[in-house]
Amino acid sequence: MSTTLNLDSKIPEGGIDEKWSNYLFNHKLVNPSNRRKFDIIVVGTGLAGAAAAATLGEQGYNVKVFTYHDSPRRAHSIAAQGGINAAKNYKNDGDSVFRLFYDTVKGGDYRSREANVHRLAEVSVNIIDQCAAAGVPFAREYGGLLDNRSFGGAQVSRTFYARGQTGQQLLLGAYQALARQIGSGPVELHNRSELLDVVVMDGAARGVIVRDMITGEISAHSAHAVVLATGGYCNVYYLATMAKMCNVTAAWRAHRKGAAFANPCFTQIHPTCIPQSDEFQSKLTLMSESLRNDGRIWVPKNPDDTRAADQIPEDERDYYLERIYPSFGNLAPRDVSSRAAKRAVDAGQGVGPLKNGVYLDFADAIGRLGENVVRDRYSNLFDMYANITGENPYKTPMRIYPAPHYAMGGLWVDYELQTTIPGLFAAGEANFSDHGANRLGASALMQGLADGYFVLPNTISSYLAPLLSTTPVSTDEPAFAEAISGVEDRVNQLVSIGGTKGPDHFHRELGRIMWNECGMARNENGLQKAISEIGAIEEEFYKDLRIPGSRYEYNQTLEKAMRVVDFFELGKTMCQDALDREESCGGHFREEYQTDEGEAARRDDLFSYVSAYSYEGQGEAPKLHKEHLNYEYVKPTTRSYK
Amino acid sequence: MNLTLKVWRQESPDAAGRFETYDAPGIKDDMSFLEMLDVVNERLIEAGDEPITFESDCREGICGTCGLMINGRAHGPVKGAAACQLHMRVFNDGDMITIEPWRAAGFPVIKDCAVDRQAFDRIVESGGYISAPTGAAPDANLQLIPKDAADAAMDAAACIGCGACVAACPNSAAQLFTSAKVQHLALLPQGQAERYSRVKNMVDTMESFFGSCTNHGECEEACPKEISIDFIAMMNRDYVSAMGKNRKLAGQHM
Amino acid sequence: MRRPEPPRRAPRKMYPWPLNLYQTAVGKKWVMALTGLGLIGFVLAHMAGNLKLYMGAEDIFDYGEFLKEMGSPLIPKTHLLWILRAGLLTMFVLHIHSAYSLTRLNAASNPKANPTGQKRYEGGQEFAAANFASRSMRWTGVIIALYVIFHLLDLTWGATSDGWVKTDHYNNIVDSFQRVPVAIIYIVANVALAIHIFHGAWSMFQSLGLTSPMWNHIRRYVAYGVSAAILIGNVSFPVAVLLGIVDHVEPTYLEEASALLALI
Ligand SMILES: Cc1cc2nc3c(=O)[nH]c(=O)nc-3n(C[C@H](O)[C@H](O)[C@H](O)COP(=O)(O)OP(=O)(O)OC[C@H]3O[C@@H](n4cnc5c(N)ncnc54)[C@H](O)[C@@H]3O)c2cc1C
Ligand code: HEM
Ligand code: HEM
Ligand code: SF4
Ligand code: F3S
Ligand code: FES
Repeated sequence: MSTTLNLDSKIPEGGIDEKWSNYLFNHKLVNPSNRRKFDIIVVGTGLAGAAAAATLGEQGYNVKVFTYHDSPRRAHSIAAQGGINAAKNYKNDGDSVFRLFYDTVKGGDYRSREANVHRLAEVSVNIIDQCAAAGVPFAREYGGLLDNRSFGGAQVSRTFYARGQTGQQLLLGAYQALARQIGSGPVELHNRSELLDVVVMDGAARGVIVRDMITGEISAHSAHAVVLATGGYCNVYYLATMAKMCNVTAAWRAHRKGAAFANPCFTQIHPTCIPQSDEFQSKLTLMSESLRNDGRIWVPKNPDDTRAADQIPEDERDYYLERIYPSFGNLAPRDVSSRAAKRAVDAGQGVGPLKNGVYLDFADAIGRLGENVVRDRYSNLFDMYANITGENPYKTPMRIYPAPHYAMGGLWVDYELQTTIPGLFAAGEANFSDHGANRLGASALMQGLADGYFVLPNTISSYLAPLLSTTPVSTDEPAFAEAISGVEDRVNQLVSIGGTKGPDHFHRELGRIMWNECGMARNENGLQKAISEIGAIEEEFYKDLRIPGSRYEYNQTLEKAMRVVDFFELGKTMCQDALDREESCGGHFREEYQTDEGEAARRDDLFSYVSAYSYEGQGEAPKLHKEHLNYEYVKPTTRSYK
Repeated sequence: MNLTLKVWRQESPDAAGRFETYDAPGIKDDMSFLEMLDVVNERLIEAGDEPITFESDCREGICGTCGLMINGRAHGPVKGAAACQLHMRVFNDGDMITIEPWRAAGFPVIKDCAVDRQAFDRIVESGGYISAPTGAAPDANLQLIPKDAADAAMDAAACIGCGACVAACPNSAAQLFTSAKVQHLALLPQGQAERYSRVKNMVDTMESFFGSCTNHGECEEACPKEISIDFIAMMNRDYVSAMGKNRKLAGQHM
Repeated sequence: MRRPEPPRRAPRKMYPWPLNLYQTAVGKKWVMALTGLGLIGFVLAHMAGNLKLYMGAEDIFDYGEFLKEMGSPLIPKTHLLWILRAGLLTMFVLHIHSAYSLTRLNAASNPKANPTGQKRYEGGQEFAAANFASRSMRWTGVIIALYVIFHLLDLTWGATSDGWVKTDHYNNIVDSFQRVPVAIIYIVANVALAIHIFHGAWSMFQSLGLTSPMWNHIRRYVAYGVSAAILIGNVSFPVAVLLGIVDHVEPTYLEEASALLALI
């Protein structure tokens, strides 16, 4: 089987700042009184899913929303801390829609689509308005106006925030809008229901197969269109800052049914996380990047130095970021500072019991500003650190290390957020669309809400309008029966292996390989080795997995195993993509392609494309398709932070 | 360290349930409490037994998925922390730890230590929102919000919906959760139009599932976000005014 | 396995304002707090009146006469007193009824015994904020209710002794408290009352929604103060009688009063 894909991005006519309004004017509409004749399935209740489901419900569509959580409010978006960008220019510091667009394209290392990014920047201002109206308690100035801060090294203050809980507050805003629609009828909530397959019939998405996580019952649901807003896949690394249940199953099952998967190797590693403390660690915790505003990063010059941090004299410390990147110093972008930390640890200069971290030292800041000012600024982060590590960061420097944090890759979508399967849409972190090879801080929340509140509810009508007077396919159709029995088989196969180990064991192994070979730095040998090692573990998994209990009950072991199955395949495709992309850009660093100073060497002449993979069958290598990227408004330059 | 766990096991909502005792040797200080349970579970699986069902997701105290009664304290002995933020270093070698689910009629047990908290969603669906359909919003800076008011709203909005307040409350009252949501919105100018209908509907829904508050204050102690029971007082006042309010005049006070 | 559903009480048909207030738990609690506040007012005033015990028998007698004459000549004698008594009775009834019905609601919302043991939590719930007073409101409340019945029989209707004289409050009290078991009943009941109010006088601020960062810190002290005043004041009477500080006197004022009456 060799798939051909139509990767038409459907970018509208006109100048970059006219495309979205042109689109809105030209696309097909569904008359308000006809909307109730359409059924839409939304999977996921994170920022993207909750906002989309709520808005579609408000517009009058019949919406069924699915989540594997017990409540929509628990989606992983809840954990975002730092903030959300918007080109409001409330600070009068020269921000504009164009600048946000420019920064995002440049920050993405020129691997995103200009038209999508410009639309994102345009609607960013509406997001803030919408959220404030919905009661999101953004931080305020004393005069009552909204406060902003500069985030992730941006040159302007365009980040809106709600204490250290911005994601929580934005998600609660969207959840509340969704709850209103659930309470009043247009939206039907299916909680604790995990999507296990997408049903495609006659070339279009017709519905989904879900497992009720309590009864274990597998059921089919059909609709005119299906939206996947199922989040990112960084848990392929096992240890990541993602919530434990985040997984790739929904996107992966769509991929297997024909949706192209784009840029899988573009994952972001966040520089300031608390290092792993032992082999039983279940996840990594992010410490807000804002710490880098006042903390200084260093490692001992001598790899064999065993002294406590405060015993090491100044001239025996290597403040490597300040040394290599004098103008940005400790504020160097995420990918740059993550890799610098890796170099130090790989050179044996790591600190802490496992020598797996670098110091983030506040001694200077405390000396300069006094402990009280530092406490004012960061007390909650310091407390969090102290709680997790049992160390007092006012006295000893924090230890930090990079950790997987965000997946830029995802389902390939066109300008309308439609995947290569007609009628199947992807929104939020689940799609690949706006961040290229590297996401700027505070832009994921923006994208999730842009997709959910403003983009998808408009673009989906283009697909639906011609379907007026059709009814959704009956779930009695053979395509549904086939999908159900496929899922049943998968479940039965797993529960009947009867081996000796739980799914976490295999997941941990997979994560270790992915992190070592397809993490912060990659090379050809390692990637090839990884692909075969993953194959080996996968094989062992199918021989030695044990799932106690029945499939007709709340069975968390079974859930995990179902997710790990898809992570294996994703992992291999990620490595495949990393192999193909013989350049270094954004979150993807190929050791073979670096400058003499060890910086990423992008190869625009060869790799200025989106890699979209089609699934070629179990055990087969995925097939690469390319969507070429054109930069008319932001001309590619080399990022330099020296 | 070596521990003994006494854990509530219940196969299904209708099963009787019982305590089982497990040995948990070789637990490290810097493990989190849930990682300790992960280890116990992996050993159970390897020994051919069913692992203990407990829920968690973010493991950093923000999603509200986790929730365990640990030695008679909701979310365990550390104040202002969810169960997932609890670390083993607060326990000692040889300790016996009792682990139970939240118990309240409004939170039926699903399995072992996992309970169903849908009642909270029903409360929010009955009014815990501002009706602001997408697209209709004016510029965000049109409406000034004094910093103190925004901060107070944020204090209330910090609730993670974990249910510890109900679990800890001797009356199984959900007053702290409900008041946090009601007051988050009632303290903001945007929330004024629906202020009285909201509090009326949400409190009525709350009362259809949960007990009534006798001001024990236990909820605030158990709350991982340390939400203040002042919000309960504010909600009570709003509720009683809502009963007798001439809502036709509501526009005069906004 | 089945999906559990939280049991939900059906909504009730609501009566018009103000009756609807008493149909919901928060409304009932508000009524309980208002009646509790009124009862505190009564207990404090009653105690203030009884403090005249230390000023002599005549003072008390005069005070009793004043109560009857309150409001006259605007309205006939004792009418205002009866109005106040009716108010007091209503407060007791509402307070007790709301306490009873909320207690039932709470019991229904709270699977008190987990299926194996008697306790809700096998680990033994460790309370961090709830105190003895807050957890014993129902019991202290019942003690007070029983006490009030006894007290009325004892001092208002004279059913517990032969020496009782309708208007000789002073000697009625002294005679009654000189019986040690009775004095003990009074002491125990008033300690219970003080405990009840220790929580109640704080709790009512919450129930009534009287909260403000300006004076919230004072609310606890108000509760300390009121309950301490009642504890000290009311317990002092039986103690003073037992110690002989307050002793039986010849009720000459009774004759004076009847002489006066005879004159009119
Ligand atoms: C620790 C942390 C901090 C962050 N901080 C920031 C920040 O400061 N600023 C910023 O802009 N971004 C931040 N991000 C990134 C950002 O939070 C996420 O990218 C974004 O919230 C993703 O939203 P989403 O709606 O796409 O998906 P999610 O919020 O992940 O939601 C996914 C939803 O899909 C459902 N789902 C998934 N699979 C299935 C299935 N098979 N069946 C049924 N349901 C399914 C889940 O139940 C869930 O409801 C942070 C991320 C992390 C991890
Ligand atoms: C003179 C007598 C009494 C006084 C002064 C009094 C006072 C109070 C007050 C102030 C409250 C607090 C109300 C609130 O929190 O909103 C209260 C609560 C309560 N009272 Fe009384 N009360 C008296 C008698 C009784 C009696 C006779 C009973 C019951 C038989 C009773 C039972 C209760 C109960 C159960 C509560 C609720 C518990 C709580 O709020 O924590 N009280 N009382
Ligand atoms: C030790 C303290 C107390 C003393 C010495 C005392 C004494 C008295 C006396 C002398 C009377 C008048 C009897 C009469 O009508 O002839 C009385 C009436 C009454 N007392 Fe007390 N009392 C005490 C405490 C209380 C308390 C704590 C309560 C309530 C909780 C209470 C409730 C009443 C009531 C309801 C009446 C009847 C009032 C009336 O007839 O209008 N008393 N008391
Ligand atoms: S109020 Fe506190 S304890 Fe209750 S649900 Fe919210 S966060 Fe949890
Ligand atoms: S513990 Fe319960 S009684 Fe009220 S103050 Fe909290 S809800
Ligand atoms: S697991 Fe999210 S709050 Fe504990």
